[in-house]
Amino acid sequence: MSSVESYEKPIPVPDPDSAPFWAGCRESRLLIQHCEDCGHNQFPPSNLCAHCGAGGLSWKQASGAGKVFSWIVVRHPVPKPVYAQDVPYVVALVELAEGVRMPSNIIGCSPEDVVADMPVKVTFKQVTDEVVLPLFEPA
Amino acid sequence: MGSARKSAYALKDKYAIVGIGTTDYSANSGRTVRALAIEASANAIADAGLKPADIDGIVSYNFNDSAPAIAVATGLEIPNAGYAVDFLAGGNAANLIVLSAVAAIEAGLADTVVCYRAMNGRSGFRLGGGREFRALGPTQFTAPFGWITYPQAMAMWCRRYQVEYGLTPEQLGNVAVTLRENAVLNPRAMQRKPMSMDDYLASRMIVDPFRLYDICLETDGACAVVVTTAERAKDMKQKPVYIMGGAYGGGPQQGDDLFDCIRWPDHSKNYSHYIAEDLWRSAGIGPGDVDVAEIYDCFTYSILMQLEGLGFCGLGESGSYIADGHIRRDGKLPVNTHGGLLSEGYIHGFNHVIEAVEQLRGQSGPRQVADAEIALTTAGAMTCGSAMILRR
Ligand SMILES: [Zn+2]
Ligand SMILES: [Zn+2]
Repeated sequence: MSSVESYEKPIPVPDPDSAPFWAGCRESRLLIQHCEDCGHNQFPPSNLCAHCGAGGLSWKQASGAGKVFSWIVVRHPVPKPVYAQDVPYVVALVELAEGVRMPSNIIGCSPEDVVADMPVKVTFKQVTDEVVLPLFEPA
Repeated sequence: MGSARKSAYALKDKYAIVGIGTTDYSANSGRTVRALAIEASANAIADAGLKPADIDGIVSYNFNDSAPAIAVATGLEIPNAGYAVDFLAGGNAANLIVLSAVAAIEAGLADTVVCYRAMNGRSGFRLGGGREFRALGPTQFTAPFGWITYPQAMAMWCRRYQVEYGLTPEQLGNVAVTLRENAVLNPRAMQRKPMSMDDYLASRMIVDPFRLYDICLETDGACAVVVTTAERAKDMKQKPVYIMGGAYGGGPQQGDDLFDCIRWPDHSKNYSHYIAEDLWRSAGIGPGDVDVAEIYDCFTYSILMQLEGLGFCGLGESGSYIADGHIRRDGKLPVNTHGGLLSEGYIHGFNHVIEAVEQLRGQSGPRQVADAEIALTTAGAMTCGSAMILRR
């Protein structure tokens, strides 16, 4: 496991709205917000329900299943020293079964094998002592 | 998508652009952004036949990469600006600042306003490069996955369009090649070497589905225009270019910053779908009335989405519309007659306003569109943007 000092990629900084999400990732749980008033599921997190305006949203564990809504294949690394070893890599907007979208990486297959609506499932990767990222692989 | 506004733009033809100015466009100006902003603004004021003492408003937009309006007002020795505003915004504001100048004059805050964008976009702060490495706020859900640059952001939109409607590399290439044909005729353009489809297809993949030539140029330079009332414009040095109408917007889920598109409903359609009705209604014309269009082209795909969003062709039809030659200089809708952000240079979309004014004045030399009376300018590629209709 690498320390924060040697991990050179951007590190998510939790804030009051997002802290439960990142804490969930550390327990291998993919959490999204849920509005008890109207049933709306929400990601990214916010202080209010974007659908009905209610506050006091709860968190629920998503199934981890989703499909690829859109994706890119990064071939030119930016910044170069940080991503040179990773290209080509896939960034996708994953549409979760619960209806929200989440940016992530698709791992466990060749970039050429990614297609629209491809079923994927979450997997968790610890990148520093503090940070676990939710990634997706073919289901 | 329906009208976003309860009331319509009510200032048709009541305001005009009376002066334009630029600096050279280069990869390394060797000058401060402040100096570039002052030069372009001074050129615009002189072009209008005015003096800095005649200016009482100044407005710009930036990403903390420019000289603020008060610095430029100070440098120009504008005696007392009653309106001096900096929008913290991207290319989406390139037309909004002109509309805001109109609003400021209408409100009585100023009489004659300079609007500018200045940047050392290649030698200084590079918008296409990396962002903040501590992933705060909306970037905490994007940057940790290596989704960092604007080319990477917009490739996601282009891919979704491809999924929805189909899109070939050649259909993107037609945009790059057509715009380069225009730049070849433009002494201001940074890229004037002819480009073939083979050149386009051979350019290296940066981020699928974008090749190098799908991505605009990084540029040092500045552009400025002077806006005043149509009444005052009558007595000025240049033939006025009237602001027929305009619109700004992008629907309900524009995100937490310009990169954020996670909640956007349909990435095969951008802001243009949301402002089309307000835009055409404001000017009282339709797409068929436009003689020349300067369409925001930070990337090739954004022209396709805006042609569809603004109603020049149907959904999914822009690839074949372009392949049929309609956006060429001799086509029914000449687009980006200066070469665009892809081949003239990237002054964050403000250079589109300059080109539209030159076309309407008949000052575009070998790239002039014959008898151009009405021009469209647009600004934006993702969730929000602005547009104007100008006429001579
Ligand atoms: Zn609801
Ligand atoms: Zn709700």
